[in-house]
Amino acid sequence: MNIPFDISSIRKDFPILNEVVNGKQLVYFDNAATTQKPRVVLDAISGYYEHYNANIHRGIHHLAEKATSAFEQSRKRLQAFLNAQFSEEIIFTSGTTDGINLVAATYGRKFLKEGDEVIISTMEHHSNIVPWQMLCEEKGCILKVIPINDEGELLMDEYEKLLTERTKFVSVVHVSNSLGTINPVKEIIEKAHAVGAKVLLDGAQASSHLHLDVQDLDCDFYSLSLHKIYGPTGMGILYGKRDLLNAMPPYRGGGEMIKEVTFEKTTYNELPYKFEAGTPNIADVVAAKYAIDYVETLGKANIAAYENELLKYATEAVREIEGLKIIGQAKEKVSVLSFVIDGIHHQDIGVLLDQQGIAVRTGHHCTQPLMSRFNITGTSRASFAVYNTKEEINLLIKGLHKVKRMLG
Amino acid sequence: MTINEIQDELISDFELFDDWESKYEYIIDLGKQFPPLEEQYKTEDNIIKGCQSRVWLNAYMDGDLLKFEADSDAIIVRGLVSMLVKVLSGHTPEEIANADLYFMERIGLHQHLAQTRSNGLAAMLKQMKAYGFAYQAKSVNAE
Repeated sequence: MNIPFDISSIRKDFPILNEVVNGKQLVYFDNAATTQKPRVVLDAISGYYEHYNANIHRGIHHLAEKATSAFEQSRKRLQAFLNAQFSEEIIFTSGTTDGINLVAATYGRKFLKEGDEVIISTMEHHSNIVPWQMLCEEKGCILKVIPINDEGELLMDEYEKLLTERTKFVSVVHVSNSLGTINPVKEIIEKAHAVGAKVLLDGAQASSHLHLDVQDLDCDFYSLSLHKIYGPTGMGILYGKRDLLNAMPPYRGGGEMIKEVTFEKTTYNELPYKFEAGTPNIADVVAAKYAIDYVETLGKANIAAYENELLKYATEAVREIEGLKIIGQAKEKVSVLSFVIDGIHHQDIGVLLDQQGIAVRTGHHCTQPLMSRFNITGTSRASFAVYNTKEEINLLIKGLHKVKRMLG
Repeated sequence: MTINEIQDELISDFELFDDWESKYEYIIDLGKQFPPLEEQYKTEDNIIKGCQSRVWLNAYMDGDLLKFEADSDAIIVRGLVSMLVKVLSGHTPEEIANADLYFMERIGLHQHLAQTRSNGLAAMLKQMKAYGFAYQAKSVNAE
């Protein structure tokens, strides 16, 4: 394949890749959990603290102005990244989970009532299950679940059968963290809208791999985490359509989200501040812009093409491991390779690969109902990012042979 | 042997290994040789759930001594579990409650105890000591 960028120079952008783990050069294949951060992001964080740390929006001094301006530039950058129509549709959160909870607790509480139905899918992360269960319990709503086939794809016919005039909300994952499946979200949204339901997409996994356009998707909400897009941890965004966000009650009370406070009554600030109570995570919001710049300079399409090449290579290569079965063989996938090996517990695989300096994730990946669907307790998951190489995949294969030999 | 004598013996066993492979091969062997817990004791009450592997722990008094039997669905954790059982099982509740476990750290396996959520080992150790405290209190009350 004609790689449109130089991987060895990309690797130099990520200082952590030089780490030595258990005496071996680190091979980092846990990118679906979190990606590593390029130097520009690290510099942006320390640069903020070294040069213009100040609380935003209220100060009139130089540092406060500078910090506020950087903070709001990040919002605009993320607006462009999602192609949102208005910058106030971008709400800063602590991450994907926080965004989903916000929608369930505000939109959900205000607009859903007893007997209404919420649809999620079998492949949801716990963070897109539990907030809806909590809402359903409180309001007496019914949670329905879209089933999947053995390849790990949503059964769209079954989805259609679940949709009725009682369906008020559909919340599904754009890309599965455990399987890598890319869901047909545009179709999901169209069909939900046809019965008058609103749709939230959990974009935690999709955002680093796929081109995003919330206007084209026509989703009502989109929640994502920056730490999965080469950005800082503890920071994410919730996109919501402006009219919906305006109609929703505030989530948390405190500073910044108010217009005027008396002991008798408080009026709330306008969007997006209505949903951003308290001093936000300024340093990481500022650094987020640099992560997005980094990704877009490389080009998301280029990154996706390269990652797909790695996935294809790895999918072929693991075939030589006897007894290995890939979990998640959807036609449309991102670079996530989840697998089980006959007679070997996933945790043993993880421990022995770690001894060889190879970081994979093992366990249920916070998708226990999905694991139950496949009658397993967990998988081993290698997930690839732009800085990974085929040489590293060869080390994984070698490592797996060793695991098999030691446990055989 | 006292708890500390058993710990010291394990530490010297592990000093024979000079690379990670032989060390883990030994733990895997320990896991394979460790007698499985009878199915009747693999109950919801006895399970300690980690994010990744499950550990079962059964405790009973044999005369004055508190004894443990345990199991895990992952083989390396099973080997580590067998060491914890070897060190703590068959001592008085008081000795178990007050035991200072240092062998995991000395062998260089403390990361497995630190991974609190992933393998249930730390929770198992806590539970073993809790049994020690509970039976200790029971015997004091009986007096």
